[in-house]
Amino acid sequence: MTRESLFNIVMMSLLILFPLWAWIADEPFMITLATKAVILALAGVGLNIALGLGGLVSLGHAAFFGIGGYAMGILASHAQSYSPILESPFLIEGTKSMPVIWLVAIISSGLAALAIGVLSLRTTGVYFIMITLAFGQMLFFFSISWPAYGGEDGLPIYVRNGFPGLNTLDPIQFYGICFAILAVVLFFCARLAKSPFGLALNAARQTAERVETVGISPYRLRLAAFTISGMITGLAGALFADLNRFVSPTMFSWQTSGEIMVFVILGGVARLFGPVVGAALFILLEHLLGGLSDYWHIYLGLLLLLIVLFARGGVIGTFAGKGANHD
Amino acid sequence: MSMILLAEQVLNGLQLGIMLFVMAAGLTLVFGVMGLINLAHGSLFMIGAFAAAAVAGATGSFVLALIAALSAAAAVGALVEVVVIRRLYNRDHLDQVLATFALILIFSEGTRWLFGSFPLFLNIPSYLAGPVSLPGGIEYPLYRLTLIAVGLLIALGLFLLISRTRLGIQIRAGENDREMIAALGIDISKLYTIVFAIGAGLAGLAGALVGAIQSVQVGMGEPVLILAFVVIVIGGIGSIKGALIASILVGLTDTLGGVLLPALFKQFMEASAATSAGSSLSSMLIYILMAGVLIVRPTGLFGARA
Amino acid sequence: MKLKSLALATCMASLPFAALADGHSLKVGMITTLSGGGAGLGIDVRDGFMLAVGQADRNDIEVVIEDDQRKPEIAVQLADKMIQSEKVDVLTGIIWSNLAMAVVPAAVAQGKFYLSPNAGPSVLAGKGCNENYFNVAWQNDNLHEAGGAYANTAGYANSFILAPNYPAGQDALTGYKRMYEGELAGELFTKLGQTDYASEIAQIRASGADSVYFFLPGGMGIAFLKQYADSGLEIPVVGPAFSFDQGILQAVGDAALGVVNTSQWGKDIDNATNAQFVETFQAEYGRLPSLYASQGFDTANLLMSAMDVADVNDADAFRTALQAADFDSTRGAFKFGSNNHPIQDIYVREVIKEGDVYTNKIIGTALTEHSDVYAAECKF
Repeated sequence: MTRESLFNIVMMSLLILFPLWAWIADEPFMITLATKAVILALAGVGLNIALGLGGLVSLGHAAFFGIGGYAMGILASHAQSYSPILESPFLIEGTKSMPVIWLVAIISSGLAALAIGVLSLRTTGVYFIMITLAFGQMLFFFSISWPAYGGEDGLPIYVRNGFPGLNTLDPIQFYGICFAILAVVLFFCARLAKSPFGLALNAARQTAERVETVGISPYRLRLAAFTISGMITGLAGALFADLNRFVSPTMFSWQTSGEIMVFVILGGVARLFGPVVGAALFILLEHLLGGLSDYWHIYLGLLLLLIVLFARGGVIGTFAGKGANHD
Repeated sequence: MSMILLAEQVLNGLQLGIMLFVMAAGLTLVFGVMGLINLAHGSLFMIGAFAAAAVAGATGSFVLALIAALSAAAAVGALVEVVVIRRLYNRDHLDQVLATFALILIFSEGTRWLFGSFPLFLNIPSYLAGPVSLPGGIEYPLYRLTLIAVGLLIALGLFLLISRTRLGIQIRAGENDREMIAALGIDISKLYTIVFAIGAGLAGLAGALVGAIQSVQVGMGEPVLILAFVVIVIGGIGSIKGALIASILVGLTDTLGGVLLPALFKQFMEASAATSAGSSLSSMLIYILMAGVLIVRPTGLFGARA
Repeated sequence: MKLKSLALATCMASLPFAALADGHSLKVGMITTLSGGGAGLGIDVRDGFMLAVGQADRNDIEVVIEDDQRKPEIAVQLADKMIQSEKVDVLTGIIWSNLAMAVVPAAVAQGKFYLSPNAGPSVLAGKGCNENYFNVAWQNDNLHEAGGAYANTAGYANSFILAPNYPAGQDALTGYKRMYEGELAGELFTKLGQTDYASEIAQIRASGADSVYFFLPGGMGIAFLKQYADSGLEIPVVGPAFSFDQGILQAVGDAALGVVNTSQWGKDIDNATNAQFVETFQAEYGRLPSLYASQGFDTANLLMSAMDVADVNDADAFRTALQAADFDSTRGAFKFGSNNHPIQDIYVREVIKEGDVYTNKIIGTALTEHSDVYAAECKF
């Protein structure tokens, strides 16, 4: 067993034990914090497929996070006001059912990722970073000025959506749902990285020519990776909206893209658990430093800077050393 | 729409574009020579504006304030280059984005800690205040005309610097082949510090010039930063000429789009809905322009490499 | 090693929340903006609120203050934390309408009281009103309605109006038009966060308007006023108090001199409470109080007036005590309407210079005992 997989097991146990402790100690807010970390980790896991596996530095993943969020907001707001989304040519009604909302979030963010990917993947390097940023900004400004769903004010959902057989308003049960999704997605990602697709993608990241000579199109590989990546981040967006019972254009802002990226880099790029560690650490820092001073962003900035400069490979890289499958 | 109004709007677009150029020139230079993405460029813009406001408040002189903005931003730039940025040149873009993102947090909150949460006062000097009459009956603020002139002078200066001076030769050589100029015995780390300080100083100057007609406050740099990135990407990263053309293109698109789109929409929509829809679309317009340019030309208008 | 310290830090972080809520005292959770852009407003509300609490010198009130960074997501989490962990009885402090919309409906649904010291979105005044939600500042439309009413009395018949393209901006122009009886020379929506208004000013110049009404909060307003003054246009400008507040007026400078603005408060409103408030605020914090500070101060005094009459655990009695609004407001006469929003006078102020400091002077009253149009839609 490598040190990294040991680390992953410890991390996974923490994600189970910490909320259990909070539940027994009657600290519901700690469970809420853990839920937030798990959801943001999920968004990071999504980005990590594009970033770590595919080498696609996207500064526009807030677009998918926001689309997932608005998928939830739009469906649930129509359901809570009992007004259908569309009456003709056929009836589409809102819903408060989580599985349906997740499905819609995954499909719509996947379609958006496909469209943005088709256009953006023509560019590389910094141009790719910037064109993804541009698409994110377009959606941000659109969501602010589009009055139907609250514009800049956002859209509050008064009661959390339901999941068959569970009480989602109970923090620990909602945490359970989010944790289960994260576990499933992590399992999927682990399999994906080892699959022929994942190996080809990894090869395309290192030398695109080599992949091309064996008859595989790097463009298609990347497009598939970018779309899967967007779908997962979109699902995280829907969960995040449900956690807050609220969606707003902030979810589309470039700072959100930056933060998701920070989770990935903080934990360790291309590490399976990188985003999980990164998101947990970020939430912890926010919670601890926020209490220290009004100017806590300074300390956060300094800490991030030190990590980039002196702890290459993120937390996991420092702790577990270079992984076997990491170049 | 009258011709006078249209001419005035073209001037406005030109002025916005020229100021974007002063901001973007440093960004594109730093990327071209050192291959560095600097998100903290907007913070240097803010530092320039705050330095200018502080000095103008103490001395009452606008010229001194501009000198202070230029030197404060250049000094902070040089310091940051030596302490932090220099360690990032060999890193991938990802590390650069994260490290300079961290710098934004430090600079923004640091400035707030020093100067407080309220906006500062910085005004146009009395000799540049008020409008002047241009041929054709246009009344246009003298200060904005000055901005256009100063920006064009800076652009000219940069062209001369790069094409005519020894430093310019080194910069061009650095863009083409980094190892070679080091092998030729040029102190590359000194060159990098100088280039970074020039870029920082220009951003600071732009901050002070623009700060006089806007509000000097924490966070003023980020919206401009995003626009500056749009400019250098459209122009082609590393190209000063591309940055100049792209900044004017962005300035005109943004200004004229905001005026013409609502007017266009009014042809077939109810007035207040047209105002709202037109404003929405015009706020997305420059990003649409950028995506469009990159789809047709993946390395920008004048870009050589990604 | 790293992991161990991480776990340890996590446990330590949770310690302060272990304290049990004291049954006899009232706990207030204040969520407001203390860092990043717009922090000045939150700081003023907090300082005004804490000044009143400090002056009352009572030991049965405990205030927990947290920074929302102007992010709705953070505000929602802080509200969860205050309700779940801190077990607060009353929430207050939010500055921005979008944050209020994210927090207030869920908080009052859980039986908490919410006293708004600044934001007053129309939904919370009308269809989405709640008996436990009290607005101590204004409904968002109020100051703009006063702007429209002032335009009528000033004889303006051809106004040019502009605001950012977001819900509060659209409401602002609707509010102005509700009272204003003249023609519109033009109506513009600008980008949120826009800093250059050259294009808008050119359109105002070309429109032939006889007056300009603008709602551009924060840095946007500073930029607009400076550029407007420099353009040489002589058309009178009117705006709500937000762009002429004590905090930002110094940054606008001469460009604001003589400009008329509408406000429910001014430092020269003649009553003992206000005089004492202005004096003690200045002594305590070394600056003149702002509109926001006065709202924070009034919010705290309203809360404490209810505490004198009823126990917060008896929600019905406490609510009745709040509705009575039996406290000395810095605004003079103050009472709640049927939707728990203020009925108050709204004044017209003019920017003047006192020594080196720019400030406002009240020159008239735009609306007397004004309530809001949404009250009719509110059913508890």
